[in-house]
Order: sequence, then C-alpha cells, then structure tokens
Amino acid sequence: MENVVLIDAGGTNIGSVRYALQRLGVDAPLSSDADEIRAATHVILPGVGAAAPGMARLHDTGLVEVVRSLTQPVLGVCLGMQLLFEHSEEGDTPCLGLIPASLRRFVPGDGLRVPHMGWNSLRIDRPSPLLAGIDTSAFAYFVHSYAAPTGGWTLASCDYGSTFSAVVQHRNFFGAQFHPERSAAVGARLLQNFIGLRVPVQ
Amino acid sequence: MLTRRIIPCLDVKDGKVVKGVRFRDHVEMGDIVDLAQRYRDEGADELVFYDITASPEQRSVDRDWVARVARVIDIPFCVAGGIRSVEDARAVLHAGADKVSVNSPALERPGLIDELAGAFGVQCVVVGVDSLRDDDGEWRVRQYSGDPTRTRALARRTLAWIEEVQARGAGEIVLNCMGSDGVRAGYDLEQLCAARALCKVPMIASGGAGAVEHFHEVFRIADVDGALAASVFHSGAIAIPVLKTFLRGENIPVRP
Repeated sequence: MENVVLIDAGGTNIGSVRYALQRLGVDAPLSSDADEIRAATHVILPGVGAAAPGMARLHDTGLVEVVRSLTQPVLGVCLGMQLLFEHSEEGDTPCLGLIPASLRRFVPGDGLRVPHMGWNSLRIDRPSPLLAGIDTSAFAYFVHSYAAPTGGWTLASCDYGSTFSAVVQHRNFFGAQFHPERSAAVGARLLQNFIGLRVPVQ
Repeated sequence: MLTRRIIPCLDVKDGKVVKGVRFRDHVEMGDIVDLAQRYRDEGADELVFYDITASPEQRSVDRDWVARVARVIDIPFCVAGGIRSVEDARAVLHAGADKVSVNSPALERPGLIDELAGAFGVQCVVVGVDSLRDDDGEWRVRQYSGDPTRTRALARRTLAWIEEVQARGAGEIVLNCMGSDGVRAGYDLEQLCAARALCKVPMIASGGAGAVEHFHEVFRIADVDGALAASVFHSGAIAIPVLKTFLRGENIPVRP
C-alpha cells in the first residue's frame, strides 16, 4: 500500500496537490517530520513561491539532508522541482544540488511574457514510467518565471522562447515544472504514474 | 506551443454565481461548484471567481466555496474579491486557489501588490483593472465596481496604473473595459491594444464578448494571452468547444 507524504515546504499549492491525490484515492498527510518522511513510500515536494524562502523553510525544518538522502521516489512540483537543482538565479539561491544544473529566468521581450503562464505542449524526450500514457503534444498548465535547462535529466521538454525541462528525473528524484494538480487528465495521469513507481526506480 | 486561454468568469454574490449587465441588475446563474465543473468539462482553460460584493462591503471573500471548488476542479482558478492583506490572500491560496486577484484594495493601498508578490511570488498575483473612458477621451480606473451605488471614478489613468502594477509585482493583468462589459458588442480593442503595448506580463481581456469572432479579433489584434467572458458562456450563447474549434480554424492556438 502506498504511503504518500507531502513535504510541508511552505508552498501555497499544498492544498491543491493534496486534493489532486484525494481524487486518485490517496490521502497524503502534510509533514515536516523527518521520520514520517523517511518512512513514506512516495514523497512529494510541492511549492509555489520563491526559491529562497522555499530553501529557507527546508533549512529551518532540518529537512535539507533528509530530502537529499531519500531513496524512495520523490516528486518535486513546480518550485519543488526547481529546488532539486543546484542553484536558482531567483534570489541567487543554492538549492538541494541533486541535479547538476542551474535555473535561469526567462527574459521578457519579443512577445515573450514573463511569467510563462498557461497551457503549453510537452515534448517527450525519454520514455519513462512517470510519463506512461502521456504523449508528445499533450498540454500541461505552467506558471513560472524561472526554468531549468535540458540535459541528461530531461524526460520531457517544453518551448517558451527557448527549450526548457518540463519533466525531469535523476535517480529516484523526479520533477514536473508544470502543475499536475491543475493540468486536467494529463496531470492526473502523471500523479497516478508517480504513485505507481516502485523501488528500485528504473 | 503556448495556447491562448478561454476563461469563464463567475461573479459570486452570497455564495451563488450571478451575472448583471454593465455590472448592474444581477441575476442568479447557479451553484458555484456545478458551474465550475460544467466549464471544466467543456474545456475552459482557467476559471475566475469574483466575489463582487466583498470589496464594497469591506469584508474578505467567504472561503468555504474556495475549498469546495479546489477539491473537484483540476484546472487553475483565480479568486478575486476583498483580498486586502497578505493573510487574506494566504487563506484563499491555502484553500486551493492558484491565484488571487486584487482590484479595489490595490487602489486603496498599492503597496499591497508588492507585499503579495513578496510573500507568494508574482505568479500568484493578478491585478484586476476596471476601466472606463471619460468625456475627455482618457481611460481612467474605477473602484468598487461590484456595487453601482458605490462605484467611484478615480483620477488615476488606466495606462499609468498598468505600468505601476507591473513594477510592483503583478504577474498578470485582467483589463476589464467597463464601457463594453455585458453588451456583447465585442472587446474594446483600442483600449486593449494600448494596454498591451505597455504590458510585459500576461494580459487578459474582459468585457464585451458576444460572438466567437470577438474572441478571434481580441487574440489577433490585441494579442492578449487570454479572453474572459461570463454571460455568453452562462447563457449558452457560446459553447466553449464550438468556440475553440472556430479559433483553431482561424489559426489561434488553443488547448483541445
């Protein structure tokens, strides 16, 4: 039986991620307790807001090392995904350092509005159990001003001015830049797939 | 490719969805959650809920329905109405709203926009602007437009206010052109084009949709990121799937 835990990193989308899981029949408690998080089968790191307060919250609750040492599937959502990287240009913030790249801000201009807000299409770059049933050109809902580059960690990418990582994986750490809890059937499928991941992660 | 958004707006009064013409004479349209689900099923890209009685009555938005909507809805939604502080916004966002929209309270105290952006990030902060052309030809902002007996004309120029709110941290701007609202004769393209030229964040057009062609022209001519409408959707005059098929045929990218 899955035991999904949401890390309380102070993000404001905690409620909606929790409701999205409930629609899938999973009641995930919100926790900042290290033991409860370590004992979970699946861990989700949500978060809307800014990188610096997001990291500060993880430091304050003593969870930085806890998250880094997790071996079960972990899913970062939006800011939660960004925190998996090394560094964010937002507030010049050192992040968890699990994925070797840095977040850069979109540069507005030429009809490119920042934040990148709305439904944009995904390009599947690497097949993954996380993306089972989700095809290239599926639409997901994005709201963000900073983006991760593409690289070996990229499972799916998206174009907005340039190409950036929309879904990532490094070892057992996964992330979605878009909001699965607000991406209709595509988002529900991604969450369902995540809950279905088994250790060891392929 | 980033698609253009179709956004039904649900004006909420005393916990029910209502719609008036030119902001007056409100008629009850139905239950909030029922309508929200209907629009989601029809392919709405986002929903906006305006508690139109909250600001004039100096109270914060009633939050019970925010959580009820958040439980069932899997598309983004924004809540507006009487959000006067970081704490008000936090309660609405924690209840499950994706964005908050501020209008009258931001006019009373523009620093509210900075505070919200600092606390939650600009992506959560929408600034609603109600605007009307005055006799001298200048567009100016209106306050408390939810209640005609309290609506106030301000000296503030609409275009200057649009520049200011971006500098303060608005992540999106909804420009409601009151002169065209509810009369279904088309969006105010002239005003929207003038605002678009100054607006570097996503901009949503509001007020005047009456036919599918109006959506086409507001995307093509005013280059807005989203188009908001209420009565044409509530009345069934325009069905969202029909609208999206039409827009796709006109090469406007929309989500299926």
